[in-house]
Amino acid sequence: MFERRIFSRTAAAAAIASLAAVAPAKAEDTVKVGMILPMTGGQASTGKQIENAIKLYMQQNGDTVAGKKIEIIVKDDAAIPDKTKTAAQELIVNDKVNFIGGFGVTPAALAAAPLATQAKIPEVVMAAGTSIITERSPYIVRTSFTLAQSSTIIGDWAVKNGIKKVATLTSDYAPGNDALNFFKEHFTAGGGEVVEEVKTPLANPDFAPFLQRMKDAKPDAIFVFVPAGQGGNFMKQYAERGLDKAGIKVIGPGDVTDDDLLNNMGDAVLGTVTAHIYSAAHPSQMNKDFVAAYKKAFGSRPGFMAVSGYDGIHLIYAALKKTNGDTDGTKLVEAMKGQKWESPRGPISIDPETRDIVQNVYIRKVEKVDGELYNVEFQTFEAVKDLGKTKK
Amino acid sequence: MTSILTNLFDGVAYGMLLFVLACGLAVTLGLMNFVNLAHGAFAMAGGYVCMLLVNQHGWPFFAALPLAFVSAAAIGIVLERTLYRHLYARSHLDQVLFTIGLTFMSVAAVDYIQGSSRVFINLPDALQGQFDVFGVGIGRYRLMIIVICGLLTVGLQMVLAKTRFGSRLRAAVDDPRAASGLGINVPQVFAFTFAFGCGLAGLGGALSAEILGLDPYFPLKFMIYFLIVVTVGGSSSITGPFLASLLLGIGDVAGKYYVPKMGPFVIYTMMIVILIWRPNGLFGRTAAR
Repeated sequence: MFERRIFSRTAAAAAIASLAAVAPAKAEDTVKVGMILPMTGGQASTGKQIENAIKLYMQQNGDTVAGKKIEIIVKDDAAIPDKTKTAAQELIVNDKVNFIGGFGVTPAALAAAPLATQAKIPEVVMAAGTSIITERSPYIVRTSFTLAQSSTIIGDWAVKNGIKKVATLTSDYAPGNDALNFFKEHFTAGGGEVVEEVKTPLANPDFAPFLQRMKDAKPDAIFVFVPAGQGGNFMKQYAERGLDKAGIKVIGPGDVTDDDLLNNMGDAVLGTVTAHIYSAAHPSQMNKDFVAAYKKAFGSRPGFMAVSGYDGIHLIYAALKKTNGDTDGTKLVEAMKGQKWESPRGPISIDPETRDIVQNVYIRKVEKVDGELYNVEFQTFEAVKDLGKTKK
Repeated sequence: MTSILTNLFDGVAYGMLLFVLACGLAVTLGLMNFVNLAHGAFAMAGGYVCMLLVNQHGWPFFAALPLAFVSAAAIGIVLERTLYRHLYARSHLDQVLFTIGLTFMSVAAVDYIQGSSRVFINLPDALQGQFDVFGVGIGRYRLMIIVICGLLTVGLQMVLAKTRFGSRLRAAVDDPRAASGLGINVPQVFAFTFAFGCGLAGLGGALSAEILGLDPYFPLKFMIYFLIVVTVGGSSSITGPFLASLLLGIGDVAGKYYVPKMGPFVIYTMMIVILIWRPNGLFGRTAAR
């Protein structure tokens, strides 16, 4: 029995030794990207768009960069922060990933932040939009957007374009409050007045009473932020209640007219003016190719989440190119800072100080193009930084 | 003044919708003493059937509504015969675990087949928009809901009170042993009632797509509302849940309109107050079986 124990111990030692000998050789030529995305649950469309975009990018650009093979590992967190954390731990400890990316909602991105700091690996945020995220770890870089970017711009625009009285309807959670506060700050600074302020519960079955209140307040426009899935319901009830005929416009950050759902919203949505970072109707050649390729591969229109994912994987490629394949996390984050490139949404860059995205914000109006509803851009605010960072 | 009436109208429509969705649950819970948390899954099934027929096969909306009822009832009868039947005699905990499992399976199945995004049913133009009656805004769709649900309620009450089937059902509920001794086929009565309740849920699901939104998480999101209706209304008749639905619908709409900050809590506050006042619900029988 004694002998057997010795035997099993040596066997185990040998096994470990051989594993150790194989592992580094493998790690040298593959770079692993751990994607944590909501693939199920209410946010699943975000996860699917980002995954699709990454697949598309890798089809177009190959899976090797600076002599390394890129391997994507997708984990589903259903947008629940506890699961995000577990997934990040597994990816970092077991799979030894070189990047973590994705993050459908703000709490998910925040849950992974301390792990990215500890493990010293870049966390590329491709969806979540609250300003504070990049302040939570020096390893966080963002390729999506912040709500401050779009909400401040629509506030400035509205007040300059004859909208004096606004009623607001926002979902009562962090991004909704961000959108409301930044809008209010800029809109009232320009001389506008917020006549009615309603926060709707996140799981809101029926907008009717809130909309009736909006209608009775008789504003020039309603400022709306609701999570992506609820935009359609909101627009339908807005029309049903005749707010469009009462001359009350809808304005807001672009989430309410997300390309993913826009076409199913019906004609009530026509004329809605939003400020956002991406429209599938962006007139550049690059975007036309991107939209065509995406439609061909996945049979649907790409939304802003898809573009954020496309740019996220591009940033990872670009960083690896710059470090010549060096996978040291600190060097990779350094390499990401100040990157500038042309995205389907227009020219974008990574702010070297905040590691947040700098991009054009477009004012768009919903119009019918070839029988389909699109956000048609008509004014551009160039190179907008995130205005929501903690003031120092 | 006019906005009070518009709110009242919206509240009644919302309450009627809750009633159609939840009255099947009142039947299974109150009459059959079975806790069916998967009730919303049948509503979702009806909603998706209606959506597919209208959007993809070009059926008129009003022709698809009965089909939503029939298909949900058919699914109900199949599941009742194969699965539910075995759990009638089991404890409530077993029933809860079984039906909540079924709910999660339905969510995953619909998510897999139809995707997770919210779907809408293409409505005929005649049902869209609002018209004014003496300055009171009346939504066409909501008016249709009130008409359909009102007729259904009257019909149900007639069937339960006046027909032979109604008396058999009441007998089977009051004392299943004595009823079967009198030659009433109790399992058959229960199966039919269960299927009918599922059918109503399916119809409710199809009607609610426009107002509540239809996605694969429907059964989980609205389970709490169904349960509130049944607990507040009591589950011994259908009048109780009907009045409870109206009360909650109007209360919810008025609360959100007049005190938007407190809005979401109004419905829960009402439930708590009513249950403290009458623990068996508004119309509960004091001596449950």
